Amino acid sequence: MTWLLHLLFAPGFFSSAPVRLALLTGGVAALVSGAVGAFTVLRGQSYAGHALADISVTGGSGSYLLGISPLLGFAGTGVLAAGVMDMIGIRRPRGRDLATGIVRGAGLGIAALLLYWDTTHTAAAGAAVTILFGSMFTLSPTVVPLVIACGAVALAIVVVLYRPLLLSSVSADLAAARGIRVRAVGLACLLAIALAVSLSALTVGTILSTALLVGPAAIALRITRRPGLATVTAALIGVAVTWVGIVLAYDSFTWPPQHDGWPVSFFVVALTFTGYLLAQLTGRRPDRGRGSARRAAGRPGGQSAREPAPLAAATPGTSAPAGR
Amino acid sequence: MTMTSATPAVLDRAADVLAVDGLSVRLGGRDVLRDVGFRIGAGEFVGLIGSNGAGKTTLLKVILGLVAPTAGTVSVCGQPRAARKGLVGYVPQKIQLDPDMPVRARDLVGLGLDGHRFGLPLPGRGKRQQVDEMLRAVDAERFADERVGNLSGGEQQRVMIAHALISSPRLLLLDEPLANLDLRSAQEIIALLARVCAQRGVSVLISAHEMNPLLPVMDSVVYLAGGRAASGTTAEVVRSEVLSELYGHHVDVIRVHGRILVVAGTGDGLDIPAESGAAACSPTSGQSPAAGESVASGYPLGELGEQVGHGQSLSHEPPPEPVPGALPGAQGDPS
Repeated sequence: MTWLLHLLFAPGFFSSAPVRLALLTGGVAALVSGAVGAFTVLRGQSYAGHALADISVTGGSGSYLLGISPLLGFAGTGVLAAGVMDMIGIRRPRGRDLATGIVRGAGLGIAALLLYWDTTHTAAAGAAVTILFGSMFTLSPTVVPLVIACGAVALAIVVVLYRPLLLSSVSADLAAARGIRVRAVGLACLLAIALAVSLSALTVGTILSTALLVGPAAIALRITRRPGLATVTAALIGVAVTWVGIVLAYDSFTWPPQHDGWPVSFFVVALTFTGYLLAQLTGRRPDRGRGSARRAAGRPGGQSAREPAPLAAATPGTSAPAGR
Repeated sequence: MTMTSATPAVLDRAADVLAVDGLSVRLGGRDVLRDVGFRIGAGEFVGLIGSNGAGKTTLLKVILGLVAPTAGTVSVCGQPRAARKGLVGYVPQKIQLDPDMPVRARDLVGLGLDGHRFGLPLPGRGKRQQVDEMLRAVDAERFADERVGNLSGGEQQRVMIAHALISSPRLLLLDEPLANLDLRSAQEIIALLARVCAQRGVSVLISAHEMNPLLPVMDSVVYLAGGRAASGTTAEVVRSEVLSELYGHHVDVIRVHGRILVVAGTGDGLDIPAESGAAACSPTSGQSPAAGESVASGYPLGELGEQVGHGQSLSHEPPPEPVPGALPGAQGDPS
């Protein structure tokens, strides 16, 4: 038993302070990214999430010059970019990609400059690698309160706006007809995405933070049928792949080629992708069985009905005019 | 009208559910609506008829309070901009529902009740009962737990109607709910609407570019053309003189076997509707649905054949399936 435990968790795993910090911050980041990611995917804003991740490179690289926490840099630029994207017109289907693309391009341009300064003018030679690929084992414990604050704000947005967000994700027209302020709700969601992406940028890196945003959510949307369950499932999958990734990364210190460990980010993304493939391949779409069973039972629904069934049987509302 | 006689006396006929007066809307430098005015009484079933681009969607959005009019007023139950008070239910035009979206029919109907509220939805027996009851009313129980994106067009319309009605509005607006439905599904939806809305005393304003499917249930019609409107019973409005005036050029109204064909143009051949399926749906000998005063609704018809403009309006419709021998059963005895 202990033999198995030792195989899974290399000696010193639970007593290592960096590991515990990684479990905490990585867990929070994954939890928030999963929950927010469910709505990102539901709203078809994966590209916006990806762009916000790219743009946070700008803030991350700037933070080294300013000497502030990278998370502040990530979140600051992310929130700012979300606002600009909303202003340019992310609500219009055609404006969406354009707004996202323009802001993303501008952000990455500035990032190129800042990263150059980082590597040439400051002592932070490893800044680029840290920003792009994360630094879960080298985080400073002082970042914890900020991580929790950012996570709390993002989760609060999802919890408070849960129903208006869901309805406006199904249809902006339906939401507007209910008196929901669709634009305000959309902007709040974009801010939550920016915060979630910033947290993931800190742990798995800016390049891979979209994977943690979209991956667990895509799996959850595939295997669940209820919106609430999908959100919770996405968050739990996110935490699971992150924690398993940390365990594997810790174990990998004894692995070839150099015996100094593989990056956590690799494991997290590899696990997410494997999970997604499994969800796709097993094809457990919750409705498929039921739908075909219904059709087989000879109860064709409106549009898809191929052969004309007797109208009287298929029209429960036939007595309608009689009531009038 | 017919509805008011069948509904409880509490519904005061004098108090209009919807009053539109002198409404003009200008969007992007174009006059979409010009001096439109009409009224809808309690429990009335009104068709909003016009070809594509006639301003039907804009008019519905103005009534909802989503588009501000340039001039004129809209009041629902005597209250301006009433959408937020839950007096108006709305079924928008062609919603694309993603099959990958984990939202069941039941969830969407529930959002009709509390979708505008903050915080997480707490499961409650009262709400569940209300949703179940609404799903039963639109005959959507059997697919209540399926993803809405996986449902057929007709099934989705039932769910949308349930979503709109569950908050007990006084007025239900539907934007082209019959578009993309085959003939039988369209008839099912209309029969369902007439039944459910009569039971609940809800007035209906339903837009369509095709009025014939609505004739059996329609109390009156608002006809839109060129941004202007004419309203009244079909017998009053759908006449050559009225529509020619509305369109600004000569329009013929032809009544064939109880169907109404509106034919515009000069008779160069493009105007004749090629409606292959219409012949299969011969009018039944059923009686008028109590609206005996209307010539057009003297026959509960199924099929269609309206032609407005220059031969374009029906081109996208799939040929309706012949439903031999089914119509009498479907239409029932309307009286």
